[in-house]
Amino acid sequence: MSVLVYLIPAALFLGVLGLCGFLWAVRSGQFDDLDGAAHRILDDKEPPSTDT
Amino acid sequence: MGGLGEIPIGQAVASRRSPDAADALGFDPTRYVRRDAQGFDCLGLVVEDMHCAGCVRRLEGLFDDANAPARARANLTTRRLMLRWLPGSADPRSLVGRVQAAGFKAAPYDQSAGAGRAQERHMLRALAVSGFAAANVMLLSVAIWAGIAQDMGATTRLFLHWISALIALPAIAYAGQIFFVPALQALRGRRVTMDVPISLAVLLAAGLSVWEMMQGGGQVYFDAALTLLFFLLIGRYLDFRVRGRVRATAENILALQTTSVSVIDDGGRQRSMAAADVVPGMRVVVATGQRIPVDGVLRSGETEIDSSLLTGESVPRPAHPGDRVFAGTLNLGRAVVVEVGATEQQTVLSEIVRLLEVAEQGRARYVRLADRAARLYVPLVHTGAVATFVGWLAVGATPYDALVTAIAVLIITCPCALGLAVPAVQVAAVGRLLRRGILAKSGDALERLAEADTIVCDKTGTITLGRLDLADSAGIADTDLDLAAALALTSSHPLARAMARARPGVRQATNVAEEPGMGLAATIAGVGSVRLGNRAWCGIAASADGDGDPEIWLTRPGGAPVRFVFQDRLRPEAAAAIGRLRELGFEIELLSGDRTEVVRRVAEQTGIAHWRGGCQPADKVARLTALKAAGRKVWMIGDGLNDAPALAAAFVSTSPSSAADISQTAADFLFQGDSLAAVPEQYVVARRAGRLVRQNFGLAVAYNLIAIPLAVGGLVTPLLAAIAMSASSVIVTLNALRLRRGPGR
Repeated sequence: MSVLVYLIPAALFLGVLGLCGFLWAVRSGQFDDLDGAAHRILDDKEPPSTDT
Repeated sequence: MGGLGEIPIGQAVASRRSPDAADALGFDPTRYVRRDAQGFDCLGLVVEDMHCAGCVRRLEGLFDDANAPARARANLTTRRLMLRWLPGSADPRSLVGRVQAAGFKAAPYDQSAGAGRAQERHMLRALAVSGFAAANVMLLSVAIWAGIAQDMGATTRLFLHWISALIALPAIAYAGQIFFVPALQALRGRRVTMDVPISLAVLLAAGLSVWEMMQGGGQVYFDAALTLLFFLLIGRYLDFRVRGRVRATAENILALQTTSVSVIDDGGRQRSMAAADVVPGMRVVVATGQRIPVDGVLRSGETEIDSSLLTGESVPRPAHPGDRVFAGTLNLGRAVVVEVGATEQQTVLSEIVRLLEVAEQGRARYVRLADRAARLYVPLVHTGAVATFVGWLAVGATPYDALVTAIAVLIITCPCALGLAVPAVQVAAVGRLLRRGILAKSGDALERLAEADTIVCDKTGTITLGRLDLADSAGIADTDLDLAAALALTSSHPLARAMARARPGVRQATNVAEEPGMGLAATIAGVGSVRLGNRAWCGIAASADGDGDPEIWLTRPGGAPVRFVFQDRLRPEAAAAIGRLRELGFEIELLSGDRTEVVRRVAEQTGIAHWRGGCQPADKVARLTALKAAGRKVWMIGDGLNDAPALAAAFVSTSPSSAADISQTAADFLFQGDSLAAVPEQYVVARRAGRLVRQNFGLAVAYNLIAIPLAVGGLVTPLLAAIAMSASSVIVTLNALRLRRGPGR
């Protein structure tokens, strides 16, 4: 059972890595326009590619 | 729809800014006061921490007594509070002070424009942190539960508990703020909102777990506290995003209104000024291709006006001096002079926006099925938990044992299955519709659609394609068609464009002269002098044989004049879709702003018995209100800006994706493509979703009926609770997934 002492922190570290990635994505504005992406499929015209 | 009064258009009648007013409140409310049509002063406030029906009651209650200085109307969807009072009878500063003293944060609209986004990001971060923590603590909990069944050593268990606590406590402290802060504000203002019991449950579970861990006991509830927080945050976040979109639309509509106009002064010179400063009586110049910025009367110049934005009518209307013209319409002909009849606040466009706002407030009163269930369920659970605690004390248990059993009741009834019952079905239904090019904007739209019994639809752009096409070219020689198309290619007039579309591949004629509002002329080699345009342009006498359809004429040497007629065609499968909806039990009405004879023809082609032409936006809303008063639940299908208030006023609404932006925002469903077959599909899926939701509620209630008595009796071990809780959630989710397959029609 003593292996848990390493395994749990290791697992947590990986999880925190993922969390940090997500927080970074939020900070860099990836989630600012979720609706825009959903609506874009309804737009028959191709939008200009400069849209972020 | 958000109030527009508090956005700068209101400043025209605002009283002068007083320098000290801003200090106490952080802003000067007198700047945002405007006067409405009935002569009342109005002030719109954004109240960001308005979350539930309780807050609405509380806010409106502040102004409810007989000698209150103002009347208040709160809107939960837009989180706005509209205050109205007789001019001079109240001080806006003291009114705002009254709202703030009750513990609410109130701000005029434009101040909080940036706050929404910051708060959304904060919520997303909280969601991520709670989700991460919940997942990890849940993993550890499973290990602990499994350890009880086998024989985990006390040391290992304590180690796992400590790790759980180290993950859970910071996460709760961070993510819980979303609920703790408003709860604290509410308590300070001596109110109780949904945030208070949520905060209590989370803090109580976490606190008891820490205490239990210190005692070396076997039961901790970090997982329950975190999962509760996570699920509630998902709901809050989705809710917040929808509201954000509504707020943003208010600004978009304003962008439609022209901000700068050219005015002719007494000396005959032109100068530019802000549209908000224009007063009735001024003369405004509108160039070719510009939107008319004001409602008024045409003073000089003959032109054609495209009013499709306002009426949905696709054919441009000729306008002569003395005719009334409306803001938001497009001047297709030459430059004209318009005498201002109404300022920006009283234009037809503003009226549409106002109707939209009033209508949205009406719909916000719809209570979602999940909320109705929660309203019954939450008091039941709390009473049950308290009764368990008191009951165990009464039969002689220690206070600690009684409290643990009571919390077990709270946890086992944690509305996971109940909370999943509705969203799981709605996610499956929305996914299924999306694959068919139909976007459902909210889950409760599906619930409302399943209850609808009457359809009111618009004609132009909804039953029809909303685009003029050459109606009948059978009797016309190919050379004439090509000639007309060659000339038409040079113009951007809607009829010319339709003419050009009818003969693809024709080469554009050269040296074509365009006379705005009349037609085109050119000299073509080998043919001679050719004219394409209206009757007057081509020198044809007006006759009574016209059927009212838009037409253009072609004249050339050595032949009789040729007449081209244009019609707006039905969408593919329109008649079949209408027939299918009638089979499904709907009564269908057609309300259109278009001319009566055109509406009659479309009604006959699609088999709609009740129809009316020449409807104004307010007429449509009035008809919807009448139907609502008769107990009908109306499903509105429309696309134009003129339909937007009706779309918002209806019980549920659908727009094609070709609709005006504002209509797309007001509608609950959007469908892609030309075919109208998407409309009955929405209803079929919504009805199946409704059936599955009721089944899921049944399953969740059955689970609780079995589990709660066991928990109250103190018979439920954590392992058993975990298995029962997950099993019920999995069953409910699997049942929802059945919607993804199965018959479509």
